[in-house]
Amino acid sequence: MSGIQVGDVLPPLQVRISRAALVRYAGAAMDFNPIHWNEGFARGVGLPDVIAHGMLTMALAGRVVTDWGMGALVDYSARFTRPVVVPNDDQGALVELSGKVGAINDDGTVRVNLDARFDGRSVLGKAIAIVRP
Amino acid sequence: MALDESFSGREYPADRIYEVGREKIREFAEAIGDLRPEYLDQEAARALGYRDVIAPPTFTMIVNLDAINKIVNDPDLGLDYSRMVHGDQGFTYYHPVVAGDRLSVHTVVDNIMSRAGNDFISFRAEITTVEGERRITTRAQLVVRDADEGAA
Repeated sequence: MSGIQVGDVLPPLQVRISRAALVRYAGAAMDFNPIHWNEGFARGVGLPDVIAHGMLTMALAGRVVTDWGMGALVDYSARFTRPVVVPNDDQGALVELSGKVGAINDDGTVRVNLDARFDGRSVLGKAIAIVRP
Repeated sequence: MALDESFSGREYPADRIYEVGREKIREFAEAIGDLRPEYLDQEAARALGYRDVIAPPTFTMIVNLDAINKIVNDPDLGLDYSRMVHGDQGFTYYHPVVAGDRLSVHTVVDNIMSRAGNDFISFRAEITTVEGERRITTRAQLVVRDADEGAA
């Protein structure tokens, strides 16, 4: 069982998401929704400012699991519950990613409960990775 | 309900093949700050038993989103793209995507519903190679926020 136990805490990760990072992700993922790069458009549809791609936050949270390196990812899912608002400054938005072993399943796979926090609140809900050691 | 519910259950076979490029994998990995050697270095990937570099877990959003965008941009669906946000996303992995893979995406509209003024549309997609090897099944839900909510 590679010594994995319920409650094990994975090494956390902190990432600052800047506007430049959003433009870069938009190009790499070919996700050009203007709410992720056009402030006027974002405000025009009722958002507080430009927001990060949910998939960027999900990719960052996934790094907590892949960096842990304890097995192959067999399933990964998350809900996008709150936006990560990215200001047009040199600080960007600080996102804190963490993970904890939530269960060891009967089939030997491991459930990791992930969390992504911005501005003191979780921005992902039910973020779960299933790993096969 | 602004969305045409008759779209529920519709299937969209692949209309193109996406060839996974080594440099596209590198570009994506760098954009998410995930610099694992098996994404960037052929030797490292081969040492793990793969033919070439492999892609990070969320890489296939490139093809998943492309297929979904074609559906949501169909004027008959009645979806206001400007009010659309990503609700949730899931992936089931069978085998990593490898550079050189020629991917085919078969997308199904799983469900359409309305709740508290918001519309929800969910999709499932099977991503396979053209040779028929399974790679990933994806699940996605989009939320179209109520156009009147800003009035409060």
